[in-house]
Amino acid sequence: MPHFTGTDLVCFRGERTVFTGLDFALAAGGALVLRGPNGSGKSSLLRLMAGLSQPLAGTISWDQEAISEDPEVHNQRHHYIGHADPVKPVLTVTENLRFWTSLRLSGGVDDAIKAALSRLGISHLADVPGRFLSAGQKRRVNLARIVAAPATLWLLDEPHTALDQAAMNSLDDAIAGHRDGGGMVVMSSHAQAAPDDAQTVDLGRFQERLFKEPEA
Amino acid sequence: MNGFIQIVRHDLHLALRQGMDSLMVVAFFVIAVVLFPFGVGPEPNILARIAPGVIWVAALLSSMLSLERLFQTDYDDGSLELLALQPVALEITVMAKVTVHWLTTGLPLIVAAPLLAVLMNLPDEGFVPLLIALTLGTPALSLIGAIGAALILGSRRGGILLSLLVLPLYIPVLIFGVSAVDAVIGGFSAKPQLLILSGLLVAALPLCPWAGAAAVRQGIE
Repeated sequence: MPHFTGTDLVCFRGERTVFTGLDFALAAGGALVLRGPNGSGKSSLLRLMAGLSQPLAGTISWDQEAISEDPEVHNQRHHYIGHADPVKPVLTVTENLRFWTSLRLSGGVDDAIKAALSRLGISHLADVPGRFLSAGQKRRVNLARIVAAPATLWLLDEPHTALDQAAMNSLDDAIAGHRDGGGMVVMSSHAQAAPDDAQTVDLGRFQERLFKEPEA
Repeated sequence: MNGFIQIVRHDLHLALRQGMDSLMVVAFFVIAVVLFPFGVGPEPNILARIAPGVIWVAALLSSMLSLERLFQTDYDDGSLELLALQPVALEITVMAKVTVHWLTTGLPLIVAAPLLAVLMNLPDEGFVPLLIALTLGTPALSLIGAIGAALILGSRRGGILLSLLVLPLYIPVLIFGVSAVDAVIGGFSAKPQLLILSGLLVAALPLCPWAGAAAVRQGIE
């Protein structure tokens, strides 16, 4: 049973402490929603979880083993969606996805891409070059990327950005399907759109404690 | 190894789609060399004397010209961050990017060099050492340049900073590349210079992807 935990995390960014003493624990099939106002450290926490940056103190572990021990193994088991949607303008949607998927799958790449595109409702865009896509369509292509190659842990930074209602629904379906298969999801979200049974980490409380105006 | 091949294939594909980039590097190389006969006058002896140096300096500058884009476009659209999160060691990714940089700039420069050597009236016996030296030297230029290209990620006016960082490191390649050609023209063997160039390449092969990957990690953090 995989287990994704963080203990006593301290994050320091841009000469200020973003949060201290943060803990989280996530089991197979679980979901964690990060909440808090802008700048409260939701993205920073997701980047720590992905291994893009290191916590100042504390450890993030997978089955009791720190993820910094072997970054490549950790990369194999997680998918990360950040603020940008890396879709190359001169390549078609399928070509874009083929590159990212072939780094993780050894065979059946094209079938996996077809399935992912229809899951996200963008099969009709398969041969469209990236430069003709709207922001929401790029986001859907980026989501198709994580659906195409399976990984246990999904780290989603504001995944609902730029999506219309239909796309939000297919994203929620994809997340539910992923969790039914034993996958885990960590997502930051302003919107109310979050799985009902998800645990919540409220990052706002750190801001209140750390940045309280000194009393006169 | 699969990751290396996939990244090389993808980046070559991108370079072919975008087309003009490597053509422009070669065009810059040709124009930069062609300026010299206009500048120093058309006396064949003077041109022959400065030919190896001019060709090498122009090759160095054109190789550097395209370095800025080595990581920058991927950095801007978020691909670089994502590449760092794939189950492929970042050192391999950097090595793949350098390989594509050499295939799209270094190799065309080597192909164009004999033509420019004729233009510069390079003595006949200088052609072979020039080509061998370029074959050994240009991969080293791409490798060393990758460190600079990774260090400037996220900075404004990166292009000028890049040249300040990278050009001093190119000096050894320039010295031995030029003196290999000069030695043969002067009637000596070019073996020592070519061995030193090979040595530079062999040292750069493991060190530069490693340093470049460290700089990329710093850049995307």
